[in-house]
Amino acid sequence: MYELEYSMPSSVNDAVAEIKKSSEAKYLAGGMTLIPTLKARLSSADMLVDLKGANLSNVSVSSSEIVIGSMTRHCDVASSSEVLSSLPALAKLAGGIGDHMVRNCGTIGGSLANNDPAACYPSAVLALDATIITNERAITAEDFFVGMFETALNENEIITEVKFPIPEKASYIKFPNPASRYAMVGVFIAKKANGVAVAVTGAGENGVFRCSEIENALNSSFNVGSIDNVEISPDGLNNAIHASGSYRANLIKEMAKRALNEMI
Amino acid sequence: MEISITINGKEVKANIKANTLLSTFIRENLNLTGTHVGCDTSQCGACAIHLNGDAVKSCAILAAQADGAEITTIEGIANGDELHPMQQAFHENHGLQCGYCTPGMVMSSIKLVENNPNISEEEIRKGLEGNICRCTGYHNIVKSIKQAATEMGG
Repeated sequence: MYELEYSMPSSVNDAVAEIKKSSEAKYLAGGMTLIPTLKARLSSADMLVDLKGANLSNVSVSSSEIVIGSMTRHCDVASSSEVLSSLPALAKLAGGIGDHMVRNCGTIGGSLANNDPAACYPSAVLALDATIITNERAITAEDFFVGMFETALNENEIITEVKFPIPEKASYIKFPNPASRYAMVGVFIAKKANGVAVAVTGAGENGVFRCSEIENALNSSFNVGSIDNVEISPDGLNNAIHASGSYRANLIKEMAKRALNEMI
Repeated sequence: MEISITINGKEVKANIKANTLLSTFIRENLNLTGTHVGCDTSQCGACAIHLNGDAVKSCAILAAQADGAEITTIEGIANGDELHPMQQAFHENHGLQCGYCTPGMVMSSIKLVENNPNISEEEIRKGLEGNICRCTGYHNIVKSIKQAATEMGG
């Protein structure tokens, strides 16, 4: 790792002031991606501004939504009684990220800001129409995810919390890569008052996306059999050493069926 | 920068470079070499320690991030000459071959058991996702953890 400086401001405003001191500074959330990439010199920074002190880790729930602070760790979402009772699919998703030691550090805000194309959280955010709240504005899920490792966040913008509307039902199933445990394909299905949303992570060349083919089939009839005849095109899916596009297309259907089986 | 950490019950203060990894600090500054660095890409779990009561991978954390924290390493879990039940169980069940991954296995699985005292074999195997062993095939590791879970009060 190149030499750098470290600071841990005690508020979001102080963190913004701190990061503006250098054009090469980066925010540090849980660090489960950033520190290993800095070590490998795949990225660099002359200063890390740790958001741990900025009071951003909390979970609250109302009758219609769950609000999760950006520095809330995966382990805390997975074990939160509020999340377990009102949106258990999200607790299960958080409890399946990485391993238990990674979940003790990694955060929802860090995961979303990184927008790894194989990360789990983006699928829940997109399927549930969550809103990303930052120190500057509110961003819809649809606008937030721009492409692989790319988001709508401005240079010094900080995610402060994520608001998840509570659906009627939801389920998330992933097919982990046997080595890395990242999702080769992960499918999040949400049944909401205004219809069914299906978001797919791990498969798309540009990261997470909504799968309209499966959504249409489920909106006409919400059962496992209704997606039997759905054709998923391998176009635009990752065609890589670990899985071809057509294999991933098949996994999307298979994971969707498994998710539906949990919901019906 | 100045940091202050309580490690195995002892407070240490040190002046370090901000890019020092916690695993490096533990091994090279404090000479506690029981914490191993295996893959250095935060996948193998040989560097597992307890940070404020949670099992974490010390090669993926800066020492600076641990300023003010309480840390326990493999050197800090025995009670004098009496091994921790998890260490004793690894010893009795031959839960190791070369031993390189063992400190991480022990530190990680102590927390798996503390957080889930009646842990099942399936949960142990799933829980060990973040700890890689290239010798044993895991069989005796799982056996060790099951025995320790019983002794730890499960």
